[in-house]
Amino acid sequence: MSTIRATGPVSEIRDRFGFLRRSYAMMAKEFIQLRRDRVSFAMIVAIPVMQLLLFGYAINTTPHHLPSAVLLQEDSDLARSVLKALENTAYFRFVYEVHDVEDFDNLLKSGKVLFGVEIPRGFERAVRRGDKPALLVAADATDPVAASSALGSLGMIVQTALQHDLYIGDPPALPFEIRAHARYNPAAESRINIVPGLVGTILTMTMLIFTALSVTREIERGTMESLLSMPIKPVEVMLGKIVPYILVGFIQAFLIINIGVFLFGVPVLGNLLLLAALSTLFIATNLAIGYTFSTIAQNQLQAIQMSFMFFLPSLLLSGFMFPFAGMPAWAQYLGECLPLTHYLRIVRAIMLKGASMPNLRFDAAALAILMLVAMTIAVTRFRRTLD
Amino acid sequence: MNADDDIAIDVKGLSKSFGGREVVHDLSMQVKRGSIYGFLGPNGSGKTTTIRILCGLLTPDSGEGTCLGYDILRDAEKIKRQVGYMTQRFSLYQDLSVRENLEFVARLYGLADARGAAQDMIKRLGLSGREGQLAGELSGGWKQRLALGACTLPNPKLLLLDEPTAGVDPKARRDFWNEIHALAAEGLTVLVSTHYMDEAERCHEIAYIAYGHLLARGTVDEVIAKSALTTYTVTGELGGLAAELEHKAGVDMVAPFGTSLHVSGRDAAALEASIAPWREKSGLHWQKSHPSLEDVFIELMNRSRDNFQ
Repeated sequence: MSTIRATGPVSEIRDRFGFLRRSYAMMAKEFIQLRRDRVSFAMIVAIPVMQLLLFGYAINTTPHHLPSAVLLQEDSDLARSVLKALENTAYFRFVYEVHDVEDFDNLLKSGKVLFGVEIPRGFERAVRRGDKPALLVAADATDPVAASSALGSLGMIVQTALQHDLYIGDPPALPFEIRAHARYNPAAESRINIVPGLVGTILTMTMLIFTALSVTREIERGTMESLLSMPIKPVEVMLGKIVPYILVGFIQAFLIINIGVFLFGVPVLGNLLLLAALSTLFIATNLAIGYTFSTIAQNQLQAIQMSFMFFLPSLLLSGFMFPFAGMPAWAQYLGECLPLTHYLRIVRAIMLKGASMPNLRFDAAALAILMLVAMTIAVTRFRRTLD
Repeated sequence: MNADDDIAIDVKGLSKSFGGREVVHDLSMQVKRGSIYGFLGPNGSGKTTTIRILCGLLTPDSGEGTCLGYDILRDAEKIKRQVGYMTQRFSLYQDLSVRENLEFVARLYGLADARGAAQDMIKRLGLSGREGQLAGELSGGWKQRLALGACTLPNPKLLLLDEPTAGVDPKARRDFWNEIHALAAEGLTVLVSTHYMDEAERCHEIAYIAYGHLLARGTVDEVIAKSALTTYTVTGELGGLAAELEHKAGVDMVAPFGTSLHVSGRDAAALEASIAPWREKSGLHWQKSHPSLEDVFIELMNRSRDNFQ
């Protein structure tokens, strides 16, 4: 037919500036495609602005008002004054008052408090007698950053605070001794803290990506159409896509923990079986979240973008890079919604503090809830038709 | 359940729109059990959408009906168990081998011996020796055979084949159709969409759909007869004739066929009046002939474009 005949000079091939012309053609095409992908376009603006605001306000490397517990074996005026003085330093916030050593240890072990102050029996009397009794300040040094600034300034600040507060005259030195004890990581070695944290961080990244691509890949390759025409239910698709990677995650966790122990000398004080069980739960939670992204995203690029939108806060708000207790309350609530936050507590507690299940009930339950929420969203979001 | 057990597909008034554009409009059709039903129409006419509605992959905006006696709106899961759907684009796993793909399908449908069923199908498809090859590495014809094998593996009662022979060589196409006839002889109902006229003629019944509207249905002979098209075949010195005739009154279609030209019209009297001046021309030989199925379809397509666009 006559319609598709080349017509004269228009289709003449111009080879001058060929390089620029072809590069331009490619650029123009990319811009058009970028503009069509609305979600990616929105993310170009949303990701930097949101994340900058989020992290700019949330992160604080010299944290204050750290949750603390007091083991009060004597309820005297002096004891109260000392606690008040400690609180006035703005480093400590006493949230628990216990009278039993075991409760005190468990609070530190489970990570509910970062500091514990022990006021011994007969403390006031010993001070009056001039015996210089010891005031024990136990710090959870698994995160050296969180603990160090508070511990470092302890002696000086308490002294000033006490002088203002009540003390009799102007004594040359404190009438008692502050004995700071950096528990679990006495040498304040950061790798002791970082390596268990890395277990969680690496698992988050790899697990998310595995499943985040799983549904979008079926759609993009066209296999979803025949899959949906066959008798399989959304829950079955989800389980089929998650379970194999639990094994993969388990192997990864095993590798990282072994390298941590044998190469970096990180201890594993707690029960290995408990660590394996809770790690599996954490792996499954991340896989479920990745899978949820996959059911929401329209293509693989979006799925990857969503994974990063989730991964970056996990890195910064979970307590991996910056002390969790140092963040403002809203950021802490946000952090509680991230599985990594809970897993970091679990893995540090088991490896470094020898914690057992009763210490970790809350975090384990939180992981299970996050997993179920993600799975529920995934199953309801899964499109059973091509509509 | 449908009282009439001879009917495999019975749908009425199906409509479906995407983004405000109606792709299927008020479509009704009936397919007899054990028959091969051809589904024809131009690209974008709604064939794929209709097939997807029938197997529960799409929900119609309106309409109702049954597929194998099950309600297409409520019993999609039951329909899926008994329907084999072969997609237009190859949709098995390219990175699984022939055997792994077949075993996957067999397990999804809950076949008792998935491995054995896959092995039997490999033999039946003539793929023995290639069962370990990745599906993505098969040629077009073999991919299509594998896809047919996969959707017949769970012994479905109805096969929905969406342009199964697109891009397949004539030999493979013929083998494919022999296979389909063999399956139909075993009692399987087959709904197959196609562009090829020779394939349409291999169907027991056909339906022609354009712009979402079902325009004609019946056996091939019925469809040709119902078109009431008068066709003349012209041979000889055809240069320029097609262009001259195209817009004459009564001439609905002019189509070149190799060295001859088909001139057709619905109104026989008007057509004959218009072509009269050329009939006497020397060098041209006119003969009144039967319209071919292709003549009928092209005429239907032209007409539907006038009506719906």
